[in-house]
Amino acid sequence: MRAPLARTLIHLALVALAVVTLLPLVWMLSVSFMPQGEASAFPPPFLPHHPTAANYRLLFAADGAGRYLANSLWLAVLTTLCSLVFNSLAGFAFAKLRFAGREALLRTLLAALVIPSQVAMMPLFLMMKWLGFVNSYAGVVLPAAAGIFGVFLVRQYALSIPDELLEAARIDGAGELRIFVRIVLPVLRPILVTLAVLTFLGSWNDFLWPLIVLTDQSMYTLPVALATLSREHAQDNELMMAGAVLTVLPVLLLFLALQRYYIRGILIGSVKG
Amino acid sequence: MRAGLAGWAFAAPALLIIGVFFFVPVLGAFAVSLTDFDLYALADLHNLRFVGLGNYLELLHSRDFWRALGNTCYFVIAGVPLSIAASLGAALLINSRLTRLPALFRTVFFAPVVATLVAVALVWRYLLHTRYGLINWALGGLGLHPIDWLGDPHWALPAIILFAVWKNFGYNMIIFVAALQSIPADLYEAAHLDGANGWQTFRRVTLPLLRPTMLLVGVLTVAGYFQLFAEPYVMTEGGPLQSTTSVLYLMYEQGFKWWNLGLASAIAFLLFLIMLAVTALELRFSRQRESA
Repeated sequence: MRAPLARTLIHLALVALAVVTLLPLVWMLSVSFMPQGEASAFPPPFLPHHPTAANYRLLFAADGAGRYLANSLWLAVLTTLCSLVFNSLAGFAFAKLRFAGREALLRTLLAALVIPSQVAMMPLFLMMKWLGFVNSYAGVVLPAAAGIFGVFLVRQYALSIPDELLEAARIDGAGELRIFVRIVLPVLRPILVTLAVLTFLGSWNDFLWPLIVLTDQSMYTLPVALATLSREHAQDNELMMAGAVLTVLPVLLLFLALQRYYIRGILIGSVKG
Repeated sequence: MRAGLAGWAFAAPALLIIGVFFFVPVLGAFAVSLTDFDLYALADLHNLRFVGLGNYLELLHSRDFWRALGNTCYFVIAGVPLSIAASLGAALLINSRLTRLPALFRTVFFAPVVATLVAVALVWRYLLHTRYGLINWALGGLGLHPIDWLGDPHWALPAIILFAVWKNFGYNMIIFVAALQSIPADLYEAAHLDGANGWQTFRRVTLPLLRPTMLLVGVLTVAGYFQLFAEPYVMTEGGPLQSTTSVLYLMYEQGFKWWNLGLASAIAFLLFLIMLAVTALELRFSRQRESA
């Protein structure tokens, strides 16, 4: 008698929450297919009367969205590749290779996790200016090419690799690099997928640093371009929603495909980090 | 010996990057914050002067800084409990043994977390539109007058808080679901045998066991919410009447709009110190409650 009622109430609450969660995203998609001006009406229309892809065409033709998409994609891919290489090497070293100063370094890195990245941004900008990397891909990729969180993510996972496995390979005469490539990397594969997803999404969604270091419009990423365009086109709801869809859709799809790995990253990061 | 060399060689590239592009700038930020680094110094370093704690004193006497700090604290104090309550509520619903398709709901609730902040902030700017927005339309359906959400200094920050709760609750929800799943089922059975109802079980069994998770989630969320920036940048440009200017927004404007990099570094450092103090307080408070 009580269980069916409770079950109904729980599902009502879940569905209501799901509607609230998804409505802004569905509305964004719907408005992006409306002709210009249709969304500025009362009551607000839910679905386009005559769906059109004109906003997307305009976005690519007049506002250079193809360029921003390419910038975002290229930067996210480069950052992810760098982060995979550097963080996996260091994460493994901190977990399984003894070297002088390891524990002290580990403690320093862990303590530095509390420093918000914005503290570094003013001198970082000056450094990039001095290096000639302002308004370049390097200016965006280099600061994110390795990170404390990434090193720890890999280290936590690599701790579970049995030492005997590595010893056996050493006795067989394998070099450390060979052991890393042949034995360690295959074992680390799941956590590397996690790291890749987290890094890719982090880079794609990043806003403040690209806004600072990318000064020329042709170098803008999608979020930076979208924020800038929205200040110019404050009234063009439909066009801006098309831009928002273009920005959000790739990461949502990536998340849907690899969410298991993404969620594991959150749990490792929050429980042990 | 060989392993020692290999260890250093493996760790060196990442350490070099983290050192050069994080540790050096952080130390540099403190040095820069003690100078009057501005547009003239950017053009020619000879114009740079050491001002000691001058920037910090200037900030402590600046109405703009206190205003920004006040807005940021408002955002943290109202936003964090609301976010955590929403996360816990969603986690309890998902974790209920009566719930069908928990994985589907979990994915749906998590979608805003991965969505690009700038893009969904734009979407919400339109949802909150005074005349054409869905939110005022829904309020109208309830017989309420439309609210000028982003144009009224009293409503702009609450509107951004509402948006932030929507955007972020899925993240902590995931952590809560994991914590709820680790609570042994026999504890609930024992409570049931003792005649406890649902609310009593929640108060006496679930909440106490969630306390470490609560602390973790609280510390992470407070730190995250202190870094408010993109929401006001996209939705309100810090206005109206500076009612949504956060500390980081002020830092960005001072640093990269007016090129007062010395003052901006001091702002960043002050924010860091405040975050550190608040985190220490949270940890201390939770320890006291544990021993009490």
